Amino acid sequence: MSFSNNLHHPQRLWHFHGGLHLEECKALSNGTEIRPMPAPEKLYIPLAQHIGGPAEAMVSIGETVLSGQKIGRAQGYISAPVHASSSGRVIDIGDYPVPHPSGLSAPCIVIQTDGEDRWPQPPASENYSSLQSGELRERIREAGIAGLGGALFPTSVKLNAGPEHKISTLIINAVECEPYISSDDRLMREQSADIINGIRILMHMLKPERCLLAIEDNKPQALDIMRQAVSESGLKQCLVCKIPTLYPSGGEKQLIRILTGKEVPWNGLPANIGILVQNVATVAAIAQAILQHRPLLSRIVTLTGQGIAKPGNYEVRIGTPLSDLIAFAGGYQQPPERLIMGGPMMGFTLHNDAVPITKGSNCIIATGRDELPEAVDALACTRCGQCERVCPAQLLPQQLYWYARARDMDKIQDYNLFDCIECGCCAHVCPSHIPLVQYYRFAKNEIWAKEEDKRKSDRARERHQAREARLARLEQQRKSRLRRKKEALNKKPGNKTADPKKTAIEAAMKRVAEKKKNRPATAANTQNLSADQEKQIQQANARRQATTEDPPA
Amino acid sequence: MSAILAITLMALLFGLLLGYAAVRFRVEGDPIVEKIDALLPQTQCGQCSYAGCRPYAEAIVAGEAEINRCPPGGEATMLALSDLLGVDPLPLDDEEAASKPKALAVIIEKDCIGCTLCIQACPVDAIVGAAKQMHTVIAEECTGCELCVPPCPVECIIMQPLQETINNWRWPLPTDENDTLLRNAS
Repeated sequence: MSFSNNLHHPQRLWHFHGGLHLEECKALSNGTEIRPMPAPEKLYIPLAQHIGGPAEAMVSIGETVLSGQKIGRAQGYISAPVHASSSGRVIDIGDYPVPHPSGLSAPCIVIQTDGEDRWPQPPASENYSSLQSGELRERIREAGIAGLGGALFPTSVKLNAGPEHKISTLIINAVECEPYISSDDRLMREQSADIINGIRILMHMLKPERCLLAIEDNKPQALDIMRQAVSESGLKQCLVCKIPTLYPSGGEKQLIRILTGKEVPWNGLPANIGILVQNVATVAAIAQAILQHRPLLSRIVTLTGQGIAKPGNYEVRIGTPLSDLIAFAGGYQQPPERLIMGGPMMGFTLHNDAVPITKGSNCIIATGRDELPEAVDALACTRCGQCERVCPAQLLPQQLYWYARARDMDKIQDYNLFDCIECGCCAHVCPSHIPLVQYYRFAKNEIWAKEEDKRKSDRARERHQAREARLARLEQQRKSRLRRKKEALNKKPGNKTADPKKTAIEAAMKRVAEKKKNRPATAANTQNLSADQEKQIQQANARRQATTEDPPA
Repeated sequence: MSAILAITLMALLFGLLLGYAAVRFRVEGDPIVEKIDALLPQTQCGQCSYAGCRPYAEAIVAGEAEINRCPPGGEATMLALSDLLGVDPLPLDDEEAASKPKALAVIIEKDCIGCTLCIQACPVDAIVGAAKQMHTVIAEECTGCELCVPPCPVECIIMQPLQETINNWRWPLPTDENDTLLRNAS
């Protein structure tokens, strides 16, 4: 079957359960071209910008760095390195505020930029098609690329599905279903060449039977441009799919369902059913990493909301303080009610604008007055069931809510809490305004913490037992050593350690015994006596008797 | 007659079978001790007055100790034990110790004289060092049992409460502020 024909025939689509039609608010930001922002004065580059182990700093304070230089190496398989996004001098390595719902600080490398943006000599370019997929994966890993849709899973790990999983369908996720966000939309309109190159590289690496590029029908310009780019590229197995606008179609499992009608198995990965999904911005970053030897140094950020003077999309270096970006975009229009990183459904509130842009910052919303519904007091759950009707994962949000409140962490897992994608549909429709997703996040965190505690206590038990065993062994060794010593003493009585006096006495006694043995049994002068001698003896005996019978007074 | 013979034969057969099974599948130790031990936090701190978690588990099985004597495990462990053993939950024996935040031992290295007393006290071998050499705590292995604190002759071991970082931060349960039901309940 020829896929080129499919370019003109709409591909069959499926539905997922639930979902919501939301007010889009994308027009605020998607009308203007991407504006590149120059390097700020200082870059705050967090070492942990991805899922997995944080990178380890490999520069020291005072060191001069070039643009694109690796400054933090990946630690462990699921990890990613970080790079200097402009040239300058490292002025500090330490804890600085990072974008995180907790508002806490985390290790960052701070670079004072020199404004010159100096690059090292680029390596000689080569044809990637001569490289094995393992080498290309290593290049992608070294470029620090992680899922730019916001999930931030290291891309090289995701691309390594293993030999047991043959990828038959590559899906490029350009759905961008959350309101306000338009960074992927602008990327497709302006940098379609990078996307096509990225798709070529991925096709070369994975050799899938087909590649589906999914775009929601609320982005007609992007659809037209990508369709044209794909047909011009001659990628015959590649198909641009227009899918209806419905939140959360951009969820990985939901998108797979829409495009293929397949369900990702519970507790499994898309690779189990031969599918791999990559975000469109990640694909463009892969092209830059492989073709231009440019690691992930910047990303397109949608800066939007009624609180922003000039909403739009900006190409921002990783590590740029948000306050600098907002100043570059003309500052605040009005004091923002809330600053949100990510979309309004799945994003989180920032405590202030003193945090850097990271690899996952696809959107910043500074909301104006009454722009987003205010957090109101939650009422009692009325069991209306609306949450269940909109849940795209076909869960029972009410049940999860009750069990989270009761802290029943076993029961909540029986209701498949970990299939929840935290899309926020249930909380959005809840007539009682219950912050449902926060309950689920709480429960997930509790379960993870419990598992961690269990792991730690198991380790402590193991170490304690090992110690007990060692002490017992040492004690036994000590005892057996003593016993051996004692035995040795008993065996050799005349050895050096014996008392010399005792030895002398023993020797003397031995000599006496020897003499005794050699002496005749009776004295020589008591045998063969003459009559005269007999007489003398008798007299002597009589004398002795007389003295003993009559002792002197 | 044949009935009696058959019953006798069967009795003999089953007797042999059971006898064999008793030898072949003999249970080493008491499995309930293992189960209790698995629920205990393994700090080996001795705050229950037993010489470690396993002796405490054995004491519970022997009926010598209540289930509420493990401060590091806190209420969660007590409830898990009550669940496992089918006994009523009890108020914690030492509320104060149980409410202490988790802390790790840290050796002030410039004050350490290298006496090795703390190394001998550590139940999980989480302190490294040698005689007359500086000692240090392996933070990842420290269970926070505090057993190394009293033996130190120069008081150079301190218990440092765990810092909250983005790695161990947890989403809180939505509080009274945004849940009227919770507010009404309290």
